[in-house]
Amino acid sequence: MDTAIEAKGLVKTYRGDVRALDGVSLVAETGTVFGLLGPNGAGKSTAVKILTTLSRPDAGEARVAGYDVVREAAKVRLAIGCVAQKSGLDPAATGRENLILQGRVYGMRGRELKGRAQELLERFGLAEAADRTVRTYSGGMQRKLDVAVGLMHRPQVLFLDEPTTGLDPEARVDMWSEIARLAGEEGLTILLTTHYLDEADRLARRLAIVDRGRVVAEGAPDDLKAELRGDAIVVELEAQPHDGEVTRALAHIDDLHDVAVEARTLRARAESGAHMVPTVLAALEAAGVAVASVGVSRPSLDDVYLRHAGKAFCEDDVEARR
Amino acid sequence: MNNAFADSWFMTVRHLRNLFRQPAWIAISLIQPVVWLLLYGALFRKIVEIPGFGSNSYIDFLTPGIVVMTCLFSAGWSGMGLIDDLDRGVVDRFLVSPASRGSLIAGRLIQGAMVGVIQAVIIIILGLIIGATYPGGIAGLTALTVCAVLLGTAIGALSNGVALLSRREETMIAVSNFVLLPLTFLSSVFMAQALMPEWMQSVAKYNPVNWAVQAGRAGLAANADWGIVFSRMGYLAVFTVVCTWLATRAFRVYQRSI
Repeated sequence: MDTAIEAKGLVKTYRGDVRALDGVSLVAETGTVFGLLGPNGAGKSTAVKILTTLSRPDAGEARVAGYDVVREAAKVRLAIGCVAQKSGLDPAATGRENLILQGRVYGMRGRELKGRAQELLERFGLAEAADRTVRTYSGGMQRKLDVAVGLMHRPQVLFLDEPTTGLDPEARVDMWSEIARLAGEEGLTILLTTHYLDEADRLARRLAIVDRGRVVAEGAPDDLKAELRGDAIVVELEAQPHDGEVTRALAHIDDLHDVAVEARTLRARAESGAHMVPTVLAALEAAGVAVASVGVSRPSLDDVYLRHAGKAFCEDDVEARR
Repeated sequence: MNNAFADSWFMTVRHLRNLFRQPAWIAISLIQPVVWLLLYGALFRKIVEIPGFGSNSYIDFLTPGIVVMTCLFSAGWSGMGLIDDLDRGVVDRFLVSPASRGSLIAGRLIQGAMVGVIQAVIIIILGLIIGATYPGGIAGLTALTVCAVLLGTAIGALSNGVALLSRREETMIAVSNFVLLPLTFLSSVFMAQALMPEWMQSVAKYNPVNWAVQAGRAGLAANADWGIVFSRMGYLAVFTVVCTWLATRAFRVYQRSI
């Protein structure tokens, strides 16, 4: 299998000793969607910036579409399309004008240029709004135009940096089917970054979970989930327990793994969650820990993340936003 | 290289088109020089009676100054558009494309120069309407326009440099306010150089705004002094090259920071 994206040991440190990437390696096969998953600030965007030649790595190397991102940056640029987190559209220009300018800087001219712009406008359902300024577009329309702009010059590799952040649920589903189609019918290699676990689960053939600049897990979503044996048990407590109180109370239960407490949430894993719940509740009651609610679920990518990054995904996300 | 010219032109077209879609901007940028011409022209009309002023008509004296001042001020704000592009990710979008790096700044400067020419022509015509005379004729008016546009290009490059380094509108506004008005008052835009306090005269000697005004007035005089015109034009050309170089340095700093 050909590899469209290959990165080895990427390191990037910003001024003030912020280590955004701390040795990231990944491989994406041609014609597949590769998901880069992690909370805000994990280093996803920095990785995309390096792979798209926007910034240079301090160490490590990467090849995209067969070219080195530092030494052959010009060739990489011709081969890739990039939809960044920040849209990059010109709001004062119309949708069509944005596409035409993009095509021009890639050397497209004449009939080819106009034809391609029209084709993309129709395909993304923007034909009617084509000659209105982008300022008047809804968020979903702008995001579609972003993707259209990224596809204008028919790239081999497409980078989508959080393409659905800020979209309403309907627009999100639209975007998902578009991404699936691009990889399926057009044989494009797509590197997708996201902090939505369901998005990565649904679209990516392989994914890497990044946390604090490192890849903490990599593989097919199903394989990653299969590594987690059994079900997840989540117990909400009435009050925040003392340090170690809960862990001590549950220590004697066999077959209960991966016990973790964060604020008032207790998470653990067991082969059969439903059978384990009464035992867990009894042990907590014996220790005098009051329980508010309890739930059992099949493994999800959320659990994969929890296991590898050592904390729950959503809470970390909130923290990173602050 | 061919690419760089083509890309610069595409960017120029983009900026011109966006500008002409803002009727409010066009109106304001036209009203401002009219206000300067009319208000200052009326306020300081009798100033020419001061012995040693060296001109009989204040409108004749003021119009070239207003042409230069208008180019200076529009150029000073040129970086605001770049900050907007930086914020929206437009600059980064072009940086991951094969677009020539230089075209991202050059497009703005070329657009600024074209707008500068249009503004100069409009103010020259306005001056005519309210009674200014241009004894130096077309040659003098051309010299004035070229110098004003050179100054605008240099200041525009600096403004873009500040935008790339600060990336904040607040900083941009502060710097522009801090620099533009003092530069104007430390030149002979409003007042004959011979009547300025001595220390101001010495500062004015090194003030690019003053070079442009001097060259314009020298070219427009009945006996045009082409020595002054070409020497000041030369200073301005060198100044423009230096400022453009500084802007490309600022661009490198920006690229290294992402």
